[in-house]
Amino acid sequence: MIDCPDTLNCEQFQNQLPELLGSGTVVAEHAHLQQCELCRALLADLETIAEAARQLLPVVDPPEKLWEQIESAIKSEKSPNGT
Amino acid sequence: MSNPGFSVRSRHPGSEAPGGKLLEGATPRKTAAEQGGGRSHLPSPAPDEAKLLSEAQAGDHQAFARIYSQHKRRIYSLCLRMVGDIAEAEDLTQEAFLQLHRKIATFRGDSAFSTWLHRLAINVVLMHLRRKNLSLVSLDEAMEPSPDDGPGRSFGAADLNLAGSIDRLALEHAVADLPAGYRLIFILHDIEGYEHNEIASMLDCSIGNSKSQLHKARLKLREALCAYPRQEERR
Repeated sequence: MIDCPDTLNCEQFQNQLPELLGSGTVVAEHAHLQQCELCRALLADLETIAEAARQLLPVVDPPEKLWEQIESAIKSEKSPNGT
Repeated sequence: MSNPGFSVRSRHPGSEAPGGKLLEGATPRKTAAEQGGGRSHLPSPAPDEAKLLSEAQAGDHQAFARIYSQHKRRIYSLCLRMVGDIAEAEDLTQEAFLQLHRKIATFRGDSAFSTWLHRLAINVVLMHLRRKNLSLVSLDEAMEPSPDDGPGRSFGAADLNLAGSIDRLALEHAVADLPAGYRLIFILHDIEGYEHNEIASMLDCSIGNSKSQLHKARLKLREALCAYPRQEERR
C-alpha cells in the first residue's frame, strides 16, 4: 500500500488532472507530485495506458466478401435500373 | 519520472471535410505511410499513389480496387472499434468506401489522402451512431454516467499499479467494455490521435468535456487493467 501524504491535496490534484493533461502541461513537474507517491503512480499508469493505446492502431482485415459487396453496390449505383 | 505530456502529437494540417462538416479541420494521427514528411508542409503523395488516385478519380475501377486494398484494414478497424460489432463494422466500411467512390473525384490533395479518407470514415460512423441515438451523442450520458459506469477515484486506492506495462489483448478488451461515450472519446484521442478541440467539434461538446471524458475513460481502463491479471490468476 502506498501512503499518500495529503488526501485533500490528492483530491484537488486529481480534479485538476484532466485539464492539466489536456493542456499539454508537463504534469510531472507539478508540486503535488513531488510529495505524493499515490498520484505519481496514478499518472504513470495513465501515461502507460495512453502509450499502449497508440500501439493499437495495427489491426484486422475485413472479410474478403466485403469487396464483392462494395463492387456490387458500385455497379448498382452506376446502373440504378439494372441496365 | 517521464514526462506525461501524452496529449501532444504531431499532425497533418487538414482543410477538407469529405463527409460533411462534422470533422471539419480534424486531423487524425499520421499513418505509417504518412510519417516521415516534414511538419511545415503537406507531404506530397508518392508518385505511385498520385497516379493511382488520378486513375481512380478518372473512374478506373481497378485503381479504386487497389485503393480499397491499401486502406481497408485501417478503415475497417476504425469502424469495428467504434461500434464494437462485426456486422455493423462491415456495413460501415462498405458505406465509407461507397462514399469514397462517390466523392473521390472531389479530393484536391489539400491533405493527405489517407487523412481525408479517415475523416470520411469517421463521419460515416458518427452519422450512424447519431441515427442510433447513441451517446456521443448522448454525451450527456457520458458526462453523467451511472455510478456503475464511472471510474473510481484513486484516493486510497494505492494498490492499483500497472507497473509500466499493459497486455495488448487486455487493453483491447477493456476498451471494448467501456461505456459508449467514454470509448468514443478514448478511441478518437488516444488511439486515432485527434486533439480535444477536434473531438469537441465532432461531437458538439465542449473541449472541457472532451478532456474530462478522456480522463474518466483512462481511469476506467486503469481499473479494468489492474483487475485483469487478478482474473487470470483465479483461473
